[in-house]
Amino acid sequence: MAPPKRRSRRLTTLFGRQPLGMALAAPYVVFLALVFAYPLGLAVYMSFHRYFFTAPGVQVARPFVGLDNYKAALSDPAVQRSFLNVIEFLVINVPLTVVLSLVLASSLNSAVRGRTFLRVAYYVPYVTASVAVVAVWLFLFSSDGMVNQVLGPLAPSPSWLVNSTLAMPVIAIFVTWKQLGFFILLYLAALQNVPKELYEAASVDGAGKFRSFMSVTVPGVRPATTLVVILATITGANLFTEPYLLTNGGGPDGASSSPVFVMYQKGIEQGAPDVAAAIGVILVIGVLVISLINRLLLERD
Amino acid sequence: MKKKIYAAAVITLAMATTAACSSSGGTSASGGSALTAHGPIKVWLSNNPEEITWGNAMVKAWNAAHPKELVSAQQIPAGKTSEEVIGAAITAGNAPCLVYNTSPSAVPGFQKMGGLVALDSFPGGAAYIQARSGAAANQYKSPDGKFYQLPWKSNPVMIFYNKDMMKKAGINPSAPPLATYADFLATSKKIVASGAAQAAIWPAPTSEFFQSWYDFYSLYAAESGGKQLIENGKATFDSPAGQDVANFWRTMYADKLAPQEAYTGDSFADQKAAMAIVGPWAIPVYAGKVNWGVVPVPTSAGMPASAIHTFSDAKNVAIYSACKNQGTAWDVLKFSTSQAQDGALLNTTGQMPLRANVATVYASYLAAHPSYKTFADQAARTVEVPDVNNSIAIWQAFRDSYSSSVIFGKTPVNSSLTSTAAKVTTLAGQP
Repeated sequence: MAPPKRRSRRLTTLFGRQPLGMALAAPYVVFLALVFAYPLGLAVYMSFHRYFFTAPGVQVARPFVGLDNYKAALSDPAVQRSFLNVIEFLVINVPLTVVLSLVLASSLNSAVRGRTFLRVAYYVPYVTASVAVVAVWLFLFSSDGMVNQVLGPLAPSPSWLVNSTLAMPVIAIFVTWKQLGFFILLYLAALQNVPKELYEAASVDGAGKFRSFMSVTVPGVRPATTLVVILATITGANLFTEPYLLTNGGGPDGASSSPVFVMYQKGIEQGAPDVAAAIGVILVIGVLVISLINRLLLERD
Repeated sequence: MKKKIYAAAVITLAMATTAACSSSGGTSASGGSALTAHGPIKVWLSNNPEEITWGNAMVKAWNAAHPKELVSAQQIPAGKTSEEVIGAAITAGNAPCLVYNTSPSAVPGFQKMGGLVALDSFPGGAAYIQARSGAAANQYKSPDGKFYQLPWKSNPVMIFYNKDMMKKAGINPSAPPLATYADFLATSKKIVASGAAQAAIWPAPTSEFFQSWYDFYSLYAAESGGKQLIENGKATFDSPAGQDVANFWRTMYADKLAPQEAYTGDSFADQKAAMAIVGPWAIPVYAGKVNWGVVPVPTSAGMPASAIHTFSDAKNVAIYSACKNQGTAWDVLKFSTSQAQDGALLNTTGQMPLRANVATVYASYLAAHPSYKTFADQAARTVEVPDVNNSIAIWQAFRDSYSSSVIFGKTPVNSSLTSTAAKVTTLAGQP
């Protein structure tokens, strides 16, 4: 018989000194497990098996197929194209987001009048449903939309949303604009932590506004920049609504389709959730790799 | 620390498994007993207002006579498309007994999921379908030779045209020359050049898999004399007929007679396009908005109207395997597709019951409603999407290649048809 002391020590090592804490944290852990971990695990399982959705109780074989789904996904030109498209999207969207939100946040930080109004104004597109905002952009960028009417003879032909070179940049700018409010808010919070003394010292050293922005503000908010880059990459890689609504199904001719949109087509419409899951796993790995590289580059010092 | 995480993981896993267990104990696949069971059932109707009116009246009539087998009807729950909602309901095991809006293109997928009941399982099932729809019924047989859908009603698509715009463009509004491709192109040019309309015709140039049913498939059905996209497991469209249709549309897009950009709304009802390819369901939509006329879809050299086939745009009824009282479901299905109920459907919605000889069976109604007479005649010659494996993947592959070659002119039309035909044949042969 083990002495009671030892047993309680074992319990302590298993559940910590405050077992109640574990119980309090459990609901969220269960939520995470059910809503994130279980679906992710199932997606990985699906991607290695022949899998399609069935009615409850229907018995079908789900044989292990190794990398077949990955081969099918990667050899599909539509999938290849969608990954190139989303890379193009990220190359435009992420730097633009970082630069614009930092510049706007620091000018908003020093603005004296109309601060609340401007904050709200930047934030409104972020909290508005994409579906509603897309209608406004269709009105702006369609062939006989406002932008083309202002441009007159300078309007591109074919027009923005049916031009395979311009469709993805328009979507990238749309998403940048829509999410700017959120990232401005992140930078505004970070700016409060940059000590005033540093600006004073810079101005004593004879630094102008631009110089002190580059030498004090930018390094001062570097942790926020890491966060902004990673968040923008993750949301950007999950692009779906805009190709679905703004360019009507990844048009023109697939020029704006995204991996998540192709997953929707294959998994939901065409009854091949196994191939869709493989695309999803590739996408998750890609985003993880990009985020790691970002972190290494941005947190060098 | 690590041990704590381990403990948390174990607890979580335990809780997740219990949760999973409690949710999986529900419905099991309906066995033979469900086939003969009678009792209350649920049915889904489409969201079209006229169809809801018909559906509610039909349900009321049934319920009055069968108080022990009450039917409750509701619209298909909102979603991106009806097919997604039905697919999700099948997976979740809560699909209704009957859906009066089952797209034939979705049937192979639903069947693969184990979501449908073969109607041949009911006594006299196949015979009932064949007697009602005649030879057209064969297009709705699944590859295993069984019926998983009852061919219910069609909307044979034809060319609607705006008479006022034709007049404005200097074209005879009672008989616009639209029978041959040359006529159609010349008329379209006159419409756009005269400024009568922004577009001669505006088929959705978007990439959804079903868009090709209206622009390509309707004209292909006519040009090929009634061929399906796939016959005997092989794609049929890599042929002179397929090439003629695709090249006709290429000219329409290249000459800017049909726009490459989608219109948000109904271009014909909003007076942006002088023509549209639609079925009779749209007649109430255009009423009071457009002074319209209708002609069959064009063919390269022109054909008499009585020889022209078109796409059926049918919606069917299927019995879903989650249904507990399938005996009642089958009885309701027969009741709702009887000659009297089909007449009520025609009367209320203007859509064509998929039965043999619509034009003669309902002659008195059609005499009183001449605008539907043309569609009833056309209903005798319709082509359905093929009931083959991977149906939706096939149509998406077709649409992607059509979009690239015909709409945007990025790839040559004829060689695209050839390579797509090979791809489509392969897809149809896969499980």
